[in-house]
This record gives sequence, C-alpha cells and structure tokens, in this order.
Amino acid sequence: MASIAARARPVAISTDLSVERKLAGINIFIAFAALAIGGLMGVLQILRYNGLDLYTPSKPLLPGGYYQGLTIHGVLNVLVFTTFYIIGFLTYIFTKSLNRPLASSRLAWATLWVMVTGLVLAAIPLLANNATVMFTFYPPLKADALFYIGLTLVVAGTWLLLVNMIITRNAWLADNPGQRTPLPAFMSIVTMLMWTISTIGVASEMLFLVIPWSLGLVGGTDPVLARTLFWFTGHPIVYFWLLPAYISWYTLVPEQAGGKLFSDPMARVSFILFLILSLPIGMHHQVTDPGISEMWKLVHAVFTFGVFFPSLLTFFNVVASLEYAARRNGGEGWLAWIFNLPWGKPEISAQIVAMMLFAFGGISGLVNASYNVNLVVHNTSWISGHFHLTVGTAVTLSFMGITYWLVPHLTGRKLWSRGLAVAQPWLWFVGMGLFSHFMHELGLRGMPRRTDIGGAPYVQDEWRFFLFFALIGGLIMFVSAIFYYLNMIMTLTRGKKLAEAPDFTFAKALSGPEDAPKILDRLLVWVAIAAIILIINYVPTILDILSTATFDIPGRRVW
Amino acid sequence: MKDKKFISYLFEVAWILPSVAIPVSMLVAILITAFAVGVRVPTTAGRVSVSAVAAGVDATFSQTGLREIAPGRYEAIITAQTFMFTPNKIEVPAGSKVTFILTSKDVIHGFKINGTPINVMVIPGQVSRVTATFDKPGEYLFVCHEYCGAGHHVMYGTVIVN
Repeated sequence: MASIAARARPVAISTDLSVERKLAGINIFIAFAALAIGGLMGVLQILRYNGLDLYTPSKPLLPGGYYQGLTIHGVLNVLVFTTFYIIGFLTYIFTKSLNRPLASSRLAWATLWVMVTGLVLAAIPLLANNATVMFTFYPPLKADALFYIGLTLVVAGTWLLLVNMIITRNAWLADNPGQRTPLPAFMSIVTMLMWTISTIGVASEMLFLVIPWSLGLVGGTDPVLARTLFWFTGHPIVYFWLLPAYISWYTLVPEQAGGKLFSDPMARVSFILFLILSLPIGMHHQVTDPGISEMWKLVHAVFTFGVFFPSLLTFFNVVASLEYAARRNGGEGWLAWIFNLPWGKPEISAQIVAMMLFAFGGISGLVNASYNVNLVVHNTSWISGHFHLTVGTAVTLSFMGITYWLVPHLTGRKLWSRGLAVAQPWLWFVGMGLFSHFMHELGLRGMPRRTDIGGAPYVQDEWRFFLFFALIGGLIMFVSAIFYYLNMIMTLTRGKKLAEAPDFTFAKALSGPEDAPKILDRLLVWVAIAAIILIINYVPTILDILSTATFDIPGRRVW
Repeated sequence: MKDKKFISYLFEVAWILPSVAIPVSMLVAILITAFAVGVRVPTTAGRVSVSAVAAGVDATFSQTGLREIAPGRYEAIITAQTFMFTPNKIEVPAGSKVTFILTSKDVIHGFKINGTPINVMVIPGQVSRVTATFDKPGEYLFVCHEYCGAGHHVMYGTVIVN
C-alpha cells in the first residue's frame, strides 16, 4: 500500500508524527505538574477558610502566606496548566487529523522552548513572593519585571504554533485541492486564531504599559486602561480553555462512545461563531468599573448573550451524538438511553461528568454577564464558584479524561488502574458540586472572593455553615486528585508495556462536511468580520480612556 | 434516507429556536430592569489626581465624611487606601438616599455594601459614584472585595441605618 501511495504522488508526504507526539507528551506533563502544585494551594485555602492554618508551618516555602498561595493557585491552574495542555493537545490533534506533521519541526520545538523559558522566568519571582499580584496582576500592584516578561513569553510562544498551523494547513490544502479541512484540524486552527487575536490586549498591556513601568523606565501607569486591555484577552481566554475540551467532545467522544457526531456543519458554524463572538465581550468583567461608560458595558453584555447561542448549539450537537451512541448500544426511551452510555470507560465518563457540571457553570456565567444582575455577584465568591465549574471542571476534568486514553496512546503503557480511573470523575463531581454550590451561596450572602476569610474580622455567622460544606467538597476533590495523580504516576512508571500502542480515530459524522457551506472554511473572511466587530466594540472606549489618561499612577508593593 | 435527514433537520430547528428565544428574552428582562426600573451600573464619573488626593488638596476628597445635601439626601465622601476606608462608619436615618463618592489613594480596591445593589471598583485616578436608598434600619456591612495587599481581609466598614 505504502509503495502505491508513494508512486501516486510526485513527493511522498511524511506522516511521521513522532515530534508532535513528543511535544504533546512534554507539554501535557508540564501542565499536570503545574496543576498539582496549584491544586495543593487550593486545599490550603479552603482549610484556612475554616480556621485551619497551614500557612504558618509552610512559611519557609511560602513566605507570602495565603495571598502568595492564591496567586500561585491562579497562575499555575488557569495560565500554566491550561496553556501548556492546550498547546500540546492541539499540536497533536491538528497534525493527527491532517495526517501530516507540522510544516516546521524546528518552529514546533521553538514554541516549547519559548514557553518553558517564560514559565521559568515567571516562576522565580512568583515563588520568591515578589509577584503576589494574582493572575490578573492589576496595576498599580507591581510585581518583579521578570513575572511580566515570563508570562509574555509564554503567550508569545503560543503564537508560533498558530504560524506553524497556518503553513501546514496551506500545504495540506495545496495537496488536497477542493477538500474540506477535517473537522478536528479546522477546530484547532479556529481556536488558535481566536486566541491569538485576543492576545493583542494582554500583549499591549505588557509591552506598552506594565513591562516598561515595572522596569522603572516610566514612572506611572493607568489602571483602567490596563484592566481594559487585560479583559480584552481575559474573556476570550476562557474560550481558549473551553474550545479544546469541545474539540474532544465533538470529534473524539462520539467515536469513543461507539457513535457518530450528529452534525459536522453545525459544529463548524458554532466554532466560527465562537471566533467572532468570544472576542468583543471582555468588558462584562468591568461592569462595576468607573471610567467606562455604561452604554459600552451594555453592548458587551448583549454580545455575551450572543455567545450563549453557539454554546447551546454545542450542547445540542454533543448530546445528540451521545444519544445516537447510546441508542446503538441498545438504549431506549426518552431519557433511559443515558444508562446505555459507556459509563465504565473513564475517558468517556470523565467528560460526560464534566459536561453535566458545565451546564450549571454556564447558567451562573449568564448571571455574571447580565449587566445589572452582576452587581449582586461581582467579586464575591459566587465568581469563584462559577469558574470552578467551568475551567475547574468542564475544562480540567475533560483534560483529565482525555489523558486516560491519550497517555496509553502516547506511551504504549496500559492504564495502571481502571478502577481508580472510573471512580475519580465521580469524586470530582461530588466534591466540586458541593464546593462550587456553597461558594455560590456564600457569594450571594456577600462573602468577597480572593480574601483571607480565615483572618477577616467581619465573617458572618451564616457564612460558617456554608464554609464547612465547601471544605468537605474541597477535601473530596483532593481525594479525586490523589486518585488521578497516583494512577498517572503508576502508569508512567509501572504501567504494563503494550505490544502495540492503542491507536485512535476521529468520529465520523451523521451529517458530514459535504453539507456545510464552503465559506465556513474561508477563515480569512471570518477573521475580518471578527476584527470589525472587535474594533467597533473596543476602539471608542480605549480612545476615551486614552483621552483622559495621565499615566502618573505609581506602582505599589503592598504584600 | 431523505426522511431521516428531514427528522434531524426538524430536531435542529426545534433546538435552534429556543436557543435564540432564551437569551433574547433574558436580555429584554435586563433592559426592563435597567431602564424602566432604574437598576443601573456604575459609569464614568470623572478623573481625580492621586497626588492631590494624597496631599489632601483635592476639592472633593480633602473632606471625607457624610454631608446632607437636601432633606433625606446625603453624600458620603470616602477614600480607600491600604487597608482602610475613611470613614469606615456612616450613620443615616432610615429612608435616606445616599450617594457614595469614592476614590483610592494607592491600589485598586472594591466597595460592596451587602444588602444593597452597591458594588463598585475603587480605582486610583478615578471617581466612583453610586447611589442607594436605605429603607430598613440595621447595620449594613461593606467590604473591600478586590485584593489590595497583605491586609486586604481587614478592610471593611459599616453603614448604620437608624
């Protein structure tokens, strides 16, 4: 077969993905190492909220106590874990679906090295308590310049993957004239396009405001401009986290569950809508900011409701695909088919459990985006409850579920314990369900987020009851995490070597790409539309801030 | 085959219509509460010089505290700094309508009065202006809800309504 294929084409195209496999493995390893440390910080926090102080004994390691731990928790979990995992996962999914390696393996290695350099640079001040500014690093809080330079390098590294993807896809299109980009590759490149456009915000904040200011080259900064640029990236970043989980739900889970994707065209439409609508909505994080007009806050709220639409399309398409799989497995009835899903496969059950909790996270997210309703919840622990369901479960638990098949695939080692892997998602479900429910409740009762509640003089009696249940949830989650890490470490070190590593294929679609309008694959058109809406939604506010900015606010080290 | 496609098309339409209707109706509800009921969010209220506020020479913020501007109408001028509000105790009679005017002397702080719709960021260089009516007597806790440094959790105050 191989020789016929080679003769049919003038130049044989390599299908060797060994570099991509290595990169996926290294990136995902770094990601989960970061999550282990970040997650541990979370355990310290919920214990402290209930009066159990482990910060005093850990003073030599964590001189900044609660707030340093919280900064590490945020930076490692939502910046490092997510970004490294996504870059590794998309590198592999993209090339596997095109069945060809990235155009430049040197550029692919450079992506990793730039990101790792950035991570090391940012980690130095972070661990030395010289960057206790949270992962949002709002000026005038002023960290060591290395922290900002490091994070900027991590982001810049991700741009290199997009460049590599574009060159690779163009070459693929040239070799396969008239063919549709396979759905997993299409979704991967749309995700990276959306992310890269969104990073214009935080990159400008870093390069023009924060880095020169932290190096002492300029005396002051403008906090509202910095916040606006941060959230320019800060909302799309949540879709950067979510879309790779969606890629798994759309293109892998249906196949692994024994079925097919319901609709390829609907999936393409939803990703194009994510590209356009994830970007111009960051100001719904700034509903309570002075210095930004309420009209633009309302416009951003309206567009945020717009993103709800592709989210619902995704929900429908993925659930319909699962239903199809369950019915093929003998499922019947309106809802009884749910029991015919392959619950014994941890890679599937983890992701279905993640979807179930995500439904609640989506609903509380709508509350956050709802303009004046945001006044009830802004900066309360409701928000922490919300994103522990979204990034903390929909994303994290899906990423864990993926590793249950991806690690054996990449390493050729059998998963060490299937039993632990089957139990782990359900423990996460119960633990996170309790934790986030009670964080939402506490938020409604006015408990602020990002606050050392264990040391606060104003703790209300009614909070204590809820805090206790949040602690129980947190501890169950901790057990779930131990199950996960124990299983992964044992798989990597003791897992039975398989004669042949298990391969995988992407889901076929009931309604395939031939039913999708061709224009959906013309990415430049959609990028142009996204750019126009982005300009309309941001330029007036940024000009307005610039027209009154004095750039004279000095930095502070207040920890 | 054709029938099967038609059925899946019907399914898609049956899902897409409510997917549009739900967010649109929620949006309408928000617009009604914002513009008919009047629950508005903070907006631009002008800039202020941080150095002037720190030196105590700013026209508005040099004299913090409560003042009655009309019968039952009050203005509370408050500055936020690490890790305190000045003043941190405000007393008004029940039924008062109070406009809070705040700024920060150093980093970003937050200001949320529990039991009211007041929730606003307090940013150096910016004036925050928010209003609420206090009908029920009692103590209303307000906290700084934005991380502002090592003592963030001790930054709070109360509005006492008699």
